[in-house]
Amino acid sequence: MSHRLPAPLGDVIDRSSVISFTWNGKKLQGFEGDTIASALLANGEHILGRSMKYHRPRGVLTADFWDPNTTVQVDDEPNVRASHRKLADGMAVSAQNVWPSLKFDVKAANGLVGRFLTAGFYYKTFMKPAKLWPAYEHVLAKFAPGGSVDLDTPHGRYDKRHAHPDVVVAGGGPSGMAAALAAAEAGSSVMLVEHEHQLGGHLLWGSNDDRAAANELAAACAAAGVEILTNSTVAGRYEDNWISISQRSHPGVIERLIKARGKTLVGAAGTIERPYVFQGNDLPGVMTSGAAQRLIRMYGVKPGTRAVVFTANESGDSAVEALQSAGISIARVVDARAGEGITSASGSKSRVKRVTLSDGTTVECDLLVTAVGWTTPTSLLNMAGDRPVYDADAARFFPAGPPDNVLATGGMIGDGSRDELIAHGRATGELAAGRAAVVRHRLQAATARAAAVDGPEPDYPADERTPLDRAQHPELYRSTTHGIVDYSEDVSSKDLFSAAGEGFDSVELIKRFTTATMGPSQGKLETVNTVAVLAEARNETIAEVGTTVWRPPYAPISLGALAGRINEPTRVSVLQPWHEANGATPILAGQWVRPEHYGDPAAEVRNTRTNVGIIDVTPLGKLDLQGPDVPKLLNLLYTNKWMALPIGGVRYGLMCAEDGVVLDDGVTARLGEEHYLMTTTSSGAAKIWNWIEMWLQTEHPDWQVHVTPVTTGLTSINIAGPNSRELLGRLTTDIDLDPTAFPYMNVRRGTIAGVQNCIAWRIGFTGELSYEIHVPSGHAVHVWEQLLDQGADLGVKAFGLEAQRIMRLEKGHFIVGQDTDGLSKAPVTGLNPLLKLDKDDWAGMPEVAWTMESGDHPVIVACQPDNGSVVPEEAAQILRAGTTEIVGRITSSRMSPTLNRSICLAQVTKEFAAPGTSLEVLLVSGERITATVQEHHAHFDPEGARLRG
Amino acid sequence: MLLVPCPNCGPMNAADLSYNGESHRRPDPKTCTPEEWRTYLYLRENPSGWLLENWYCSSGCRRHFKIERHTLTGELRAPVLPGRKPGATQGDMK
Repeated sequence: MSHRLPAPLGDVIDRSSVISFTWNGKKLQGFEGDTIASALLANGEHILGRSMKYHRPRGVLTADFWDPNTTVQVDDEPNVRASHRKLADGMAVSAQNVWPSLKFDVKAANGLVGRFLTAGFYYKTFMKPAKLWPAYEHVLAKFAPGGSVDLDTPHGRYDKRHAHPDVVVAGGGPSGMAAALAAAEAGSSVMLVEHEHQLGGHLLWGSNDDRAAANELAAACAAAGVEILTNSTVAGRYEDNWISISQRSHPGVIERLIKARGKTLVGAAGTIERPYVFQGNDLPGVMTSGAAQRLIRMYGVKPGTRAVVFTANESGDSAVEALQSAGISIARVVDARAGEGITSASGSKSRVKRVTLSDGTTVECDLLVTAVGWTTPTSLLNMAGDRPVYDADAARFFPAGPPDNVLATGGMIGDGSRDELIAHGRATGELAAGRAAVVRHRLQAATARAAAVDGPEPDYPADERTPLDRAQHPELYRSTTHGIVDYSEDVSSKDLFSAAGEGFDSVELIKRFTTATMGPSQGKLETVNTVAVLAEARNETIAEVGTTVWRPPYAPISLGALAGRINEPTRVSVLQPWHEANGATPILAGQWVRPEHYGDPAAEVRNTRTNVGIIDVTPLGKLDLQGPDVPKLLNLLYTNKWMALPIGGVRYGLMCAEDGVVLDDGVTARLGEEHYLMTTTSSGAAKIWNWIEMWLQTEHPDWQVHVTPVTTGLTSINIAGPNSRELLGRLTTDIDLDPTAFPYMNVRRGTIAGVQNCIAWRIGFTGELSYEIHVPSGHAVHVWEQLLDQGADLGVKAFGLEAQRIMRLEKGHFIVGQDTDGLSKAPVTGLNPLLKLDKDDWAGMPEVAWTMESGDHPVIVACQPDNGSVVPEEAAQILRAGTTEIVGRITSSRMSPTLNRSICLAQVTKEFAAPGTSLEVLLVSGERITATVQEHHAHFDPEGARLRG
Repeated sequence: MLLVPCPNCGPMNAADLSYNGESHRRPDPKTCTPEEWRTYLYLRENPSGWLLENWYCSSGCRRHFKIERHTLTGELRAPVLPGRKPGATQGDMK
C-alpha cells in the first residue's frame, strides 16, 4: 500500500484489519473500510478500467457512488461500482471493457478513429442493408461494454419490505440528519436514508469540527429513534408519497426493496460536484475536488504527488488544504474567481502529465483537481411534479416548488454554513413532522372501522422557514476545448455540438440520440453539462434549454431487488400426501399440484371403464349460494333456465362474459329451499366468485344472496365406472342409490363412510355411471381410504387427471379454455338448446343472440384421423384441402385406450362442420393427414346409456 | 402509487385493489342496438379531468365501489357504494 497516508488521515479505514484481494489476478491488500477503488489507489493502481466506446484508460473521477469510471467485475458480479463497494476479504476484482489486458487494449484503436464513432454512428452505419445486420451484430457484440455474466451463478437472496413511516428523509448530510432528528423529536416515525456507507455527507471530508458535528448529529438521530438506512438509496417517489428505497445494507440480503408510504418526504440530497469539460478531462489523475478530499481524509490515500487545482469555490480551496496535508506539492492553484482558467490537459496514455492554462502557460503535474460547481440532484422532487429552474447567479438549477407533502432542505435549495444548514434542516424536519401528523390523522379518519381517532385534526402547518441564501458562483461548464461530457457513455462535447448541428435542438432529443446522461450515473454528473453545451451550441441560455425530466430510479436498482423473494404459492388437496405416497406423477394445473397419473393413464382408463375408479377433483371451484334470490342469480349468469330446478336436482350451465364469449361452465345443485352448491372449472374458481360478487353488488344489490367459497373446505372425489353404485352403496346407509330414487343429474345429502353432511351427485364427465361426492376436508383421507378398502374386490383404483382428460374426450365433453378460446362465443360449443334467448336477461345475451342470428361462427366438432394410429398435435391447423387457407384447428387430441384409435375435438368453420366432412390436418412435422368429422361430439357411447344407467 | 379509499377498509394501495375501469351504464339487453351494446363493451371516454371509475377491493373486503378520479392530478373524491346513496366524502388524504 505504497500510496497510503499516515493516520489521522483516513477516518473510515481500520488499519488494524487487513483485507486481501486480487486485482486482475495480482494479490493486493487493503483495510477494512476501504472501497475497492480506494484500496486500488492505495496500491498505486490508478487505471481502473477502460471507457465504453473508445476504450480510453480511466481512473477515479469522483470517488463516490456516482463515479462513472470505476465499474469493475467482482467475482461473478459484473458492473460493480468500485468507488462505492466496500472491499471484502477474498474478492477477485478485475477490470471490464479490456482486451487483452487493462494496460494494452486492442480496442483502444477506437480512440484513434474516434471521429468515426460520433453520436448516431451505429444507427447510421449499420442500418443498411438490413440483411447484413446479423453480421454487424456479431462483430459489434464484441465491442459491447459491461462485465461478464456467469450463467451458473446461484440465485441470490433478495427481499422486500413494506414500511409506513411518517417522514422519509432522503440524504444523510447535515441538513438531512437535522431534519430527521427534529421530526423524530416532534413525535414522528422517521426513516433516514443515505446512499453512502455513513451519515455525514460533505462534513465527512471537511474540517475536524465538521466531522465532530457529523458524528454528534448521527448519534443524536440514533438516540432519538430515527431508523437509519445507510448504503441505501431513495430510488423513486410516486403518487401519495409511495417511496421506493433500495437497501443494500440489510444483513444476509444482497439488496432489499423497501416500499415506504411516507406521509411527508424530505429531499436532502445535497449537491453533486460537476466535472469540467475540456480536452483531456478524462485522463487518469483528473478528479473533482470532492474526490481528492474523500480519498485523502476518509481513506488516507494519496492520489498524486504534484497537483494543479482549478477552483471556483470553497470546495476547491479546501481541496488545496487537503492536498497539502497529504504532502502533495501544489504546482499551481488556478482561481476561476480571479479570471484564471484551464484549457486542456495532456499526458501519456495512463496519466495526466501537464495542464495548459488559459494564459497559454503549461504546468507539469500528475494530478489535476477541479472545483467548478454543483449539480442539484432534483430527481426526487421532479418525480413529485417539480420542474427545476436555472439560476445563472448560482450556476445551478433549483426546485421550483414541490407539492406540500414533499419538502427540500440543504444544498438542494441553497447554501450556508454548517450551522445554517443544520438550522434549516431542523426547521424542515419540524414542518415535515407537523404535516405528517395531519396526514396521519386524515388517513386514520378515512378508515371507517379504525379505532377512534385521537382528538381533532391538528392544524396544517404553513411553511415559515427562513430560506437559505444562494451563494454566487461563476458559470463554468466547458473550456475552449472539447472534452468528455458523459464518461459512462463516452459522449463528448463535440458529439453534442454535431448532434445539435444535425437538428437535435431539444435536450430530451439530444439525450436520446447521443445517449448522454443515460448511463449508470443516471445523469447526476452529466445532465447540466449536457444542457450547458447544448445551450452553447445553439447560442441559447441554459434557462432556455431547460433540463431533462428526471425519472425513477434515482440510482439503478438490481432486477433481483425488484423481483424479491421467489414466492409462488401452490395449492394441494388434503389427499396430496396419499397421492405422493402412491406413486402419483405430479402436474401443476394453475396453482394446484395434482396427480397426472399413477403410472399408466391408459390402464387407469380401462379399469375405470371396466370396474370402478376414483379421482381427487378437489380443485373444482365450489361456491355455496344461499338466499331467496339464488335462482335469479343463476338465471342471470348461466345461459339456461334455473327458476324451476327442484330441490335435489342438478343442472349443467354455461356462462358467458358480456361479449358473449364462453367464460366458464359447471354444474349447480339445489340442496335446499334457498341453498345451492355451484361448481366452476378449477381454473375459474376465483374468477367466478368475483364475477358473482360484481353482479350482486353493482347491478342487483337488492338481491338477497350470500356467496361463500368452499373449494378447499370440501374435498371432492369422483367415483366412476360400472361398479361405482355398488362401491358407494357399501359406504352409505342413508342415501338410497336405487336409480329410480337417485337418478342421473340429482343430488343427495347423507353419511358416507361414517362422515355426516356429505354431498353426492350423479353427473358424468367421464361418461361412466358416476357419483361425485363432496366431503368435509377434515375427513377426506378417511373416506378416500375407505373407498379403496371397501372396493378392493370391485377393482377400484385411483386415476389421475390424464385418464380423466382421455375419458372426457372419448365422451366429447369440451373444456372451457382448451376447446374454447377468448374468441369463442357460446354458439361455438354447439349447445344451442341451452342458450335461452327468451329469458329477460343474462350476461352476454345480446352478443350471443346476434351471433346466432348471423350464424357466422366456428363450431366445435369431434373428428377422427383416418389413420387411427396418428395423434395430431393439439393446436394443429386444419386447412382447406391442398391450400394454406386455415379453416380450423385441433383443440384436443388423444389416443383412446377404449377405442384403440386417435380421437379429437376441433374448432372448424361451419362449412367443414357437417358429419362425414373430410378435414386436412397439418401436423407439426409438415405432413398433412385427413380426418373425418363425426356425427356426435361423443366418440364413445353417444346415447349416454352408461352414465344414465 | 395512489392511495384509494375503500369505503370499508379505508385508504388502500391501488395495487391491492382491482381497477375495473370507467363506470358506464349497462344497456337493456332486450332492447339495445348492437352499437349501444358495443359502446358499453368497448368504448371509453378517457377524459382529461374527472372520471367516475369502478374499483374492487380484491385484497381486502371484496367491495365493489365507485370513485371519482382526476386523470391529470390523481385526486380522488366521494366514493359511492353501488346500490346506495352517495355517502360522506372520505376527506382529502393528500
